[in-house]
Amino acid sequence: MPMVLKLVAQRIALGLLLLLAVSVLIFAGTQILPGDVAQSILGQSATPTALANLRRDLGLDDPAYIRYFRWLWGVMHGDLGTALSNGQDIATQIGERLGNTLFLAFWAAVVAVPLAITLGLVSVRYRNRWPDRLISTVSLASISLPEFFIGYVLIYYFSARHQWFPSLATVYDGMPLLERLRAIALPVAVLTLVVLAHMMRMTRAAIMNVMQSAYIETAELKGLSAFKVIIRHAFPNAISPIVNVVMINLAYLVVGVVVVEVIFVYPGMGQYLVDHVAKRDVPVVQATGLIFAAVYIALNLIADVVAILSNPRLRHPK
Amino acid sequence: MADLLLDIRNLHIEATVQAPGERPHDIVIVDDVSLSLEKGRVLGLIGESGAGKSTIGLATMGYGRGAIRLSGEVWLNGRNILDGGLRELRRLRGREVTYVSQSAAASFNPAKRLMEQIIEAGLEHGVGSRRELARRAVQLFDALGLPDPENFGLRYPHQVSGGQLQRAMTVMALVPEPDMIVFDEPTTALDVTTQIDVLAAIKKAIRETGVAAMYITHDLAVVAQVSDDIMVLRNGRMVERGTTDEIINSPREEYTRALVSVRSIEHDEKGLTDTPVLSTHNISARYGKGAQVLDDVSVDLHPGQTLAIVGESGSGKSTLARVITGLLPPISGEVSFQGRRLSPALSGRSKDDLRQLQMIYQMADVAMNPRQTVGTIIGRPLEFYFGLRGRARRARVLELLDDIEMGPEFIDRYPAELSGGQKQRVCIARALAAKPSVIICDEVTSALDPLVADGILKLLLRLQEREDVAYLFITHDLATVRAIADSIAVMYRGALVRYGPKSEVLSPPFDDYTDLLLASVPEMKIGWLEEVLSRRRMESAGN
Repeated sequence: MPMVLKLVAQRIALGLLLLLAVSVLIFAGTQILPGDVAQSILGQSATPTALANLRRDLGLDDPAYIRYFRWLWGVMHGDLGTALSNGQDIATQIGERLGNTLFLAFWAAVVAVPLAITLGLVSVRYRNRWPDRLISTVSLASISLPEFFIGYVLIYYFSARHQWFPSLATVYDGMPLLERLRAIALPVAVLTLVVLAHMMRMTRAAIMNVMQSAYIETAELKGLSAFKVIIRHAFPNAISPIVNVVMINLAYLVVGVVVVEVIFVYPGMGQYLVDHVAKRDVPVVQATGLIFAAVYIALNLIADVVAILSNPRLRHPK
Repeated sequence: MADLLLDIRNLHIEATVQAPGERPHDIVIVDDVSLSLEKGRVLGLIGESGAGKSTIGLATMGYGRGAIRLSGEVWLNGRNILDGGLRELRRLRGREVTYVSQSAAASFNPAKRLMEQIIEAGLEHGVGSRRELARRAVQLFDALGLPDPENFGLRYPHQVSGGQLQRAMTVMALVPEPDMIVFDEPTTALDVTTQIDVLAAIKKAIRETGVAAMYITHDLAVVAQVSDDIMVLRNGRMVERGTTDEIINSPREEYTRALVSVRSIEHDEKGLTDTPVLSTHNISARYGKGAQVLDDVSVDLHPGQTLAIVGESGSGKSTLARVITGLLPPISGEVSFQGRRLSPALSGRSKDDLRQLQMIYQMADVAMNPRQTVGTIIGRPLEFYFGLRGRARRARVLELLDDIEMGPEFIDRYPAELSGGQKQRVCIARALAAKPSVIICDEVTSALDPLVADGILKLLLRLQEREDVAYLFITHDLATVRAIADSIAVMYRGALVRYGPKSEVLSPPFDDYTDLLLASVPEMKIGWLEEVLSRRRMESAGN
């Protein structure tokens, strides 16, 4: 199926191009920020000579495009630079935290995605009846409440009152998996509640759209049960929009968890980013920005590829 | 009767509808219809749109589209299925009764292979194992003349032609070995040359499996080929019921007689004039960088006459209309109007050129702005071309309404308040308002019921007589062509295969394609299908 391969290759090439464009934007964005790296390293009391020397050492006197390519070259070789605030290698620091963030996002996705799709299917099965209304109301309520609020309510109830789960999601190297899962139970719950409604409602809408088709009537006239009709005949034709919304939410789980990480003091990327924005640590902000962009682009790329693969007309041309 | 399969008693079906801006109200779709069907027999249900025939067909499976209410009794295999719950109904759907819809293309799930869908009902109801059902399907593929029966089921719906899908749907209905199949307009969406194969396949399947069938259609000539009995329905009520022979050859009711004798139009061919009003010269065209859809087409349309362009879907007839109107500039060739060359593109034509060429479309529904009144719709060309306003415009609109046999009360109505035939009449008035020399009619009657279409054709002929307007009449329906054309151009795959005055085109010797086309038009006579098929067999044996 060369047609599919060509389309997929095109998407991947486009994704890479997009990532390159984003890297330019990130670099340019941090350049126009006020402040000066040398100044912020040496502090307000630095002498002009010391500043000039440091600038020369850091290569800050070179034109912007040379610095950009130097940075890009480093990034492509796994060198994200050195953090200004503590002089440590950014790649090593991020490695561990990115692992933590992905761990949290993974488990939140494992809970949220199947739950959202199942609830979406149930909603369609009992459309406009009480199960549908209940699911809609509860999930809308949970999306309407800010995540810090849900976070604190859960902490109050499950940690402070009952002590079932820890209020701080502390994880460390070599921690056994079960304990780790127990530690992140509350943040996973909060994240699930936050992303559930969007995915559930899009699943419902996408399937409802397909339910109008003539082939659904054909399936009903075969005597299939309502659930079989939905799962066998409606769902396969609604995969593309569902995967799209799932991927957007997965991206949010990786990129948008800042608030949740701060509430539960979870050592992930969000916390790290917030800390270093506060310290004006430009190389760290650049590196995390680039990683977040890469995650977004990669997940949307996957959504596109799945959409292409789920289309039988592209998979099996005439 | 021991072998009674289906017995519908006093079926009454209502629905609640809500027109925009109105309160919901109840309408009666089927009113007190009773019918019975014995095992192995075929009952034809015939009527125009809105007669309630599909609704009755679906009611035999206890199924209703949208929110409808069924009352009365539907006895199937000795029990009233309306008494049982949904679970009971599911047990009979796809097992005792199966369904073949009008559009197989839409009724197959695009995401699944054909075989999986074809054996699904049989598997669900435990009729046989996957392997047994698949073997039965392959046998039926073979029997119904589908290509490469062993591997046909591996294909996806989009990989198969419309006529093949319709046959595949018949196979799908046969695989669970039902007692009855409901065929709901199974050949209506097909070209005539394809229709005849599908019709033959359906008839063969019914005869060989001994399954009973309910055959729903608006085309009496088609139903005459397959049914033992016919029931005529109108507005949800039964008009009459009889054997096929009785209905076709000695109908009792006025309405049935009208259905049987439809196409009563007499039209004498006019002689050609010296100068055509519109000519195409060696037109070739294609869409974008796609394949060529028109190849060297030259035709002449004479003033006050009708040139019919006939062909199947994909023959390029609508593309020719697009080239003539300037919507699609040709890659070569030109269009001339009253002896001078017309600009190939719309933007190069003068306002008067535009006025002289008007169009009427197949779907009157979508050709009108639903938020404009009839008066605005017809008045727009009056204002645009002639600058008529206010009272003068209104007076002219009323005249035009009178021309299309609609009263002045329609001037303030919206399209949604009109019937299909009335909508098409408004479109005719709109075209006429511009006082054109040529009107291009693109399948203007194919979406209409036969009697309504007949009225529209008569109206068009009368207007032609009076206004001396020429029609370029695009259609796939040869009966219509016979009725109204002066000249005929037969198109096949973008090229002209036969062209000339009607009397010449429709008399032998024919070329192969025209012969096939003419022979494929169902005739209102029992046994026509067998005649055609045996003649074809003889011809192919002779070759």
